[in-house]
Amino acid sequence: MNNPLTMNRKTAQFLIAILSILSALIVSTLIIFIAGRDPIMIFQKMFNATLGSSYGTGQVVFRMTTLVFAGLAVALPFQVKLFNIGAEGQLQMGAFAAAMTGALLPASLPSLSAISICIFSAMGAGACWALLAALLKVRFGVNEVIATIMLNFIAQGITGYLLTYHFAIPSTVHTPPVIDAAIIPSFHSITGMFPKSPANLSTLLAPFVALLFWFMLYKSRFGYELRATGLQPEAARYGGINAGMHSLTAMSIGGAAAGLGAANILLGYKHYYEAGMSSGIGFTGIAVALLAGAHPLWIFFSALFFSILEYGGLTVNAYIPKDIFMMIEAITILLVISFNALGKRIHQ
Amino acid sequence: MGVAVRLCGISKRFGTFAANSNISLSVEKGSIHALVGENGAGKSTLTKIIYGMIQQSEGEVYIQEKPVHFSSPREAIDAGIGMVHQHFMLIPTLTAAENIILGDEHARLLQHLPMKHLKNLIRKHAREFGLAVDPDATVENLSVGEEQRVEILKLLFRKASIMIFDEPTAVLTPSETEHLFTTLRTLRDKGNTIILITHKLDEVLSVADTVSVMRKGKITGTMPAKSVTKPELARMMVGRSVLFKVTNPPPNPGETVLKVNNLGYCTRQGVEKLHNLSFKVRAGEIYGIAGVEGNGQSELLQALYGLAPAGTLLTGEAMLKGRSVLGKNPAEITLMGVSLTPENRLRHAVILDYTVSENLLFGRHREPAFHRGAGFDNRTLNRYCEQIIADYDIKCTSPSSQLLSSLSGGNQQKIVLARELNRPDISLLILAQPTRGVDIGAIETIHNKIIEARTKGVAILLISSELEEITALSTRIGTLYKGSIVHEFSQEEVTLKRNSEDEFQKEIGLHIT
Repeated sequence: MNNPLTMNRKTAQFLIAILSILSALIVSTLIIFIAGRDPIMIFQKMFNATLGSSYGTGQVVFRMTTLVFAGLAVALPFQVKLFNIGAEGQLQMGAFAAAMTGALLPASLPSLSAISICIFSAMGAGACWALLAALLKVRFGVNEVIATIMLNFIAQGITGYLLTYHFAIPSTVHTPPVIDAAIIPSFHSITGMFPKSPANLSTLLAPFVALLFWFMLYKSRFGYELRATGLQPEAARYGGINAGMHSLTAMSIGGAAAGLGAANILLGYKHYYEAGMSSGIGFTGIAVALLAGAHPLWIFFSALFFSILEYGGLTVNAYIPKDIFMMIEAITILLVISFNALGKRIHQ
Repeated sequence: MGVAVRLCGISKRFGTFAANSNISLSVEKGSIHALVGENGAGKSTLTKIIYGMIQQSEGEVYIQEKPVHFSSPREAIDAGIGMVHQHFMLIPTLTAAENIILGDEHARLLQHLPMKHLKNLIRKHAREFGLAVDPDATVENLSVGEEQRVEILKLLFRKASIMIFDEPTAVLTPSETEHLFTTLRTLRDKGNTIILITHKLDEVLSVADTVSVMRKGKITGTMPAKSVTKPELARMMVGRSVLFKVTNPPPNPGETVLKVNNLGYCTRQGVEKLHNLSFKVRAGEIYGIAGVEGNGQSELLQALYGLAPAGTLLTGEAMLKGRSVLGKNPAEITLMGVSLTPENRLRHAVILDYTVSENLLFGRHREPAFHRGAGFDNRTLNRYCEQIIADYDIKCTSPSSQLLSSLSGGNQQKIVLARELNRPDISLLILAQPTRGVDIGAIETIHNKIIEARTKGVAILLISSELEEITALSTRIGTLYKGSIVHEFSQEEVTLKRNSEDEFQKEIGLHIT
């Protein structure tokens, strides 16, 4: 089994991911070095500010939660060979929907129902926004990449307009806060963990949802049909599988996951919608899904890696621009894709 | 005459699998050298090595007695080697002449193409070798035979003197095949060397000078084509004697299961692919549809199995036990008791990245017997897989973890047939080219299983371009030509004429061209 040619595919994919991360770290070390800073000092500071402190760990956990959901939003459609670039817009719509619902609910509502209603409205809004792209694809053959990118712009426009002209509190750029009952409690308020950090109980949903996705994909008949559609669409048609239907469901479920990510930020942390609050998370979700090979369980680790990188990058901003860490993210993804292609060529 | 291609101790390994092992072979200059063997015997690998598409693990290749190391087909082309692939490499929207000069334009980047000169050259070659093609015709409007001629002209234009043909007759009508053979003989007489890959033994015997047989990656023999017979070749290919006849006990047809009446098929672009097509299939009989590919077989299958592309106009009727199948989708048609093995099985009937057992389930995954909760019942599934693997002698070690793509082609084919023949409660079985790509050894098993299904009372529609298969299995035969059944042989005729097979095949041949 030492021969890379006979190595089983799963091991190979895992090694490729690790190798890409390592190479990206080496490249970043070099960049930091060229920028005239001591890489070891920077990495040390990053560690202390993230997993080295309880506040930092809380920040990482909070970001990881959003990224797990955003990653799932990309990963599921990816299994039917649909590239969901629109997690960003789906997240934005979800966040706005949750904010509006949360603000309009009667204040007397019990917490559990208020939170559920808000979460469902976020999921619903995300799902609808994704479904729109899938419908364009299935009905009119519009490439889903183009459709989702355009829908991102439209989502930004709609939320921006509604916020500025209708719902923002005068002289601010955010909506009124949601009712107290709709707030997802933070870990700090319940257990005292991660003091002052935005980490909240929606994190507990993430493993549950990821497992659900895993079961759905690899153990259920729905997933069997879904993956077959992605692998060989023509064969799926012969096998009596309705490929269009699967595109629609995979995208909508993905959009709903993006909505959950929005709930984490909005109901668990900000408590109101403000302009630009989701900036870029949907796109990092693409990276998360790609690094994990679109596998719902690996997405956890990949989201952890990217959240450390993102938050850690912010904390050492004084020494080195955080843009460098954006480069590292991008380099990792390019390496994963290149190594995968290389692996396939060696196999032939 | 000298040796055009000499191979010395060629081996090619993919991982631990040896596709070619220690092959030595000499191809005489100015001869037609046939390479025969079952699927997976290593013929394609060997020719790909000669053509520079892949590199050997060991051994030497000599072209015109000079050692060569091609790292791409480009270098092989420069050394005078050309290849006509089974699937033509033409650009449909360009003209024949443009396709011929593509990649070898004799002009600078922005220079005007010397079209007039080129066309004259093409016409000259065309006259010389019987390769009549209109240089100005767009390739998508050409017939398959003409497309092949364009491919051959491409080789001549590049001054190839060693020409490799990969299964060139698979898509040709009998008369086009004759035409091709005349061209091949002319090419040889002008001093070209031809390597012909095929599995049709009759063709080998009629056109080749020398024949080499391959089995399991090795050459099992090379001999003059005149000195061997068909059964001898078959034995060398398979490693044991092969019965070309299947025992076909008298059928006992019952009520009509499928009735197709005046079926018409018109594509979105308005091309009529089927018209006034009528036939019926009864329970317990095999209705064979003979015909050259491209005469409406694919369209008939699409119409019967709900796969016609959107925008297709279907007219007439196709009734299964009194219920129309037109306008239904494959899942609904399956539920009515229809099972289909499509022509292109690797593309349409299996998922290569799924495991063997997931593939044995494919298309049948809606059967409640396999269900448990939202997923599948693994115990039932395993039992079913074990039974099929034993019944059909499928070579695979662990069905639930082995990917289908790791199996040999023949075994992949068997999986599809086994799965479809095994469906419960089928009343109609549609078999399209059931033994295409299947080893001679496995054909016997498959034919027996088909007869067995018929004896059980299943109505079978057999569509095949192999006349031998049609005459051996069918109860009645319809001949398909240009989208209609133009002639039908009754049960009595078929039974009677089966005894003099060659003449019967010739007679069918008259109705399909």
